[in-house]
Amino acid sequence: MPKVKIDGVELEVPAGITVLQACELAGLEIPRFCYHDRLSIAGNCRMCLVEVKPGPPKPQASCALPVADKQEIFTQTPTVQKARKGVMEFLLINHPLDCPICDQGGECDLQDQAMAYGFDRSRYHENKRAVPDKELGPLVKTSMNRCIHCTRCIRFATEVAGVEQLGATGRGESMEVTTYVEQALATELSGNLVDLCPVGALTSKPYAFEARSWELTKTESVDVLDALGSNIRIDTRGAQVMRVLPRLNDDVNEEWISDKTRHAIDGLRHQRLDRPYVRKGNKLVEATWDEAFGAIAAKLNGMEGSKIAAIAGDQCDAESMIALKDLLTALGSPNIDCRQDGAKLDGPRGSYIFNPGVRGIDQADAILLVGTNPRAESPVLNARIRKRYVHGNVAIASIGPAEDLTYPVVRLGAGPATLRDLVDGKLDFAQKLQGAKHPLIIVGMGALSREDGAAVLAMARELAEKLNAVREDWNGFAVLHTAAARVGGLDLGLVPGEGGRDVAGILEGCQKKEIEAVFLLAADEIDTTKLGKAFVIYQGHHGDAGAHRADVILPGAAYTEKPGIYVNTEGRVQVGRRAGYPPGDAREDWAILRALSERLGKTLPYDTLHQVRSRLVAVNKVFAAIDQQAPAAWGPFGKAGATTDVPFKSAVANFYMTCPISRASKIMADCMASRSHLMAAE
Amino acid sequence: MAMITADPKDVPQVAHFSFTPEYMAKVEEQIAHYPPGRQASAVIAVLDLAQRQHGWLPRAAMNEVARILDMAPIRVYEVATFYTMFQLRPKGKYLLQVCTTTPCWLRGSDAVMKACQHAADGELFSVQEVECLGGCVNAPVVQINDDFYEDLDEASMNKVLDAFRRGETPKPGPQVDRQTSAPEGGLTTLKGE
Ligand code: SF4
Ligand code: FES
Ligand code: FES
Repeated sequence: MPKVKIDGVELEVPAGITVLQACELAGLEIPRFCYHDRLSIAGNCRMCLVEVKPGPPKPQASCALPVADKQEIFTQTPTVQKARKGVMEFLLINHPLDCPICDQGGECDLQDQAMAYGFDRSRYHENKRAVPDKELGPLVKTSMNRCIHCTRCIRFATEVAGVEQLGATGRGESMEVTTYVEQALATELSGNLVDLCPVGALTSKPYAFEARSWELTKTESVDVLDALGSNIRIDTRGAQVMRVLPRLNDDVNEEWISDKTRHAIDGLRHQRLDRPYVRKGNKLVEATWDEAFGAIAAKLNGMEGSKIAAIAGDQCDAESMIALKDLLTALGSPNIDCRQDGAKLDGPRGSYIFNPGVRGIDQADAILLVGTNPRAESPVLNARIRKRYVHGNVAIASIGPAEDLTYPVVRLGAGPATLRDLVDGKLDFAQKLQGAKHPLIIVGMGALSREDGAAVLAMARELAEKLNAVREDWNGFAVLHTAAARVGGLDLGLVPGEGGRDVAGILEGCQKKEIEAVFLLAADEIDTTKLGKAFVIYQGHHGDAGAHRADVILPGAAYTEKPGIYVNTEGRVQVGRRAGYPPGDAREDWAILRALSERLGKTLPYDTLHQVRSRLVAVNKVFAAIDQQAPAAWGPFGKAGATTDVPFKSAVANFYMTCPISRASKIMADCMASRSHLMAAE
Repeated sequence: MAMITADPKDVPQVAHFSFTPEYMAKVEEQIAHYPPGRQASAVIAVLDLAQRQHGWLPRAAMNEVARILDMAPIRVYEVATFYTMFQLRPKGKYLLQVCTTTPCWLRGSDAVMKACQHAADGELFSVQEVECLGGCVNAPVVQINDDFYEDLDEASMNKVLDAFRRGETPKPGPQVDRQTSAPEGGLTTLKGE
């Protein structure tokens, strides 16, 4: 390892890193604009100048300079200071200095660094240049006069998002960052451009002029709009969620989040259930909690357990799911299910999680996608696969929908028959998988939530075992979920008990009048027309499909309004925190169930959040290991059997609208319109 | 205030562009200069061919170049807008690139420029002010399409333009009596054995 001396302090640093990174290891902050950990090095802003010995007698860009043994690095000399001041002065020549009307104000790298290196007046008496703003779609607002040409946005679009649409045209004073041909960015990750832009050239359109960063309360939480469980920071002002930003977590989302995670939050303001309702005749009328509970008790008291059923939704926290399950058990009902889409998953833990973890993608050398379109199902995870592709030496193939995933994919076929061929070693790709050290098989809900899902699952397992993809040091069997609540639900056993019914069975029972009461815990993705004449209790936060059909509505909290545990597709247990209170009379979900249980005479044995969480750990000890991803049990699962030749479809037809929150979001509707406009233009 | 517009919206767009078989052969030859998979390296040459065929570079031509070289269109736009040799607007048959950098200016490029501007009609002649063309020793210099016309003044410039008007191609190089950059009126030194 090279030894360097930074400002007189000796330090041993890993070989191959840059001088800037070495300075960071030494605890020094080097100012920068263009350098970004996750993007290629551009070295074009010159803000990171340092002096290096041995080397030419001039300051050098530390971000693009590799460390060498016996190097001496000086970061604070008068030359360095003066050089950086010079760079800053040049950067500000054409910058409009309009901080008071700029949304980046308060969290702007240029503003911060101008405090350290800026000059208090301008020596430039010419006119500043004026650059036309660009149209980049419904999420990214541009103010291109402010652009300092760091090219971070261009590199992000090209490298991470995989949409080569942004570039720098012209040169010298005429250089412009642009798409040239006016068009929205065809990516689900465009919001990240706003975070990356070190100045206020790219800002958030929906958040334009809404708030200043210092007025916001920041809460660290996790996202539930897809199953990745991206780590987020929720910024609120009063009760209102103003924006969602990514939090750094290299194991999960690095520092990216999808546009849905970031911008569906306006859906939290619309169509909210803020008080209980009870159906009287054909109409849902406002009620008190007491009346609502009374109506439920009147119906359920004395009803046989086998006639009661419950379905848990896709965004439920673990606390409410365990309360639901405990309540149903107390009522004597085995009819409970958390798999609204009918996914045939109930085996050992290894059968339903993304075993290798998101980090495993970095290691994989052959990737097979089965019945999934990761770009729609989890754009950030898709970007991770793309990152693996960019790194090189990986073969990627898919069985299922043919979509542009932003990296080349060999499409082997459309349905189960192709998977069978692969298992039998009939396709060329079988050799590739066979030869791979770390084969990765990603199975999507599109392959599992169908009639023959169990048989497909069995085939996927057979393939994994045949490839020796499941062993001590590697488990390449990966299930990509679409529902944030699903793994948690399966971990807690929200599947039919002895003789119990699954979702299809429950709906069938409703029609045959064998099921008389159904509890929907924020479950909106089922066909509510099939609920027949059953008495429907809907507990949730949005007036979506479930609430419309309900006989009693219990207003719950959305993910930003309650502390809650979620288990992501990798099986990582993560804690979401409350960023604000639910509207009106709405309450935290587990507490509603606890209160209801008392009214039904089956009081659940927990009174505090802490007690519920102890109960979670008692049911499944994975809940004790927060933020961890541990190797999961493997064993036989799936059910060998006949498959149909119906092609696999992605479980997510429309990325922008997948849940009650995103369906209520106007911004997501705008994104959809802009995207279909783009598709039509192509 | 200088307004920058890389995508001139007032430029007529062309619906379709494709290389003629002759030009396509040249394109293929250019691509063949680079190893397989590195075809994008030929972008400047191929853009130049497109410009030679069409006279200027409409967006349709840039898109076609992107398609042939398997590049994202924006990467081609970047190159085409970077180099001033690429014309993104329709040009007259002869493009008069008048050098006005110091040496040419000192030697009277203002008068040459005046003559050119007078002639510019957008059909036969277009004018463009350019920086040093690298022929300072024969200043003032005007590049007309692929050729340099040197040692100009207003009168000789007009003569050159008139010749073009008549459909002739005047002889490129110095418009005074000298051979390339040798002394005017013949050798002055090194005359002996
Ligand atoms: S728009 Fe922002 S990120 Fe893009 S080059 Fe300009 S300053 Fe950098
Ligand atoms: S950070 Fe080093 S040149 Fe921009
Ligand atoms: S200054 Fe005109 S050619 Fe050099």
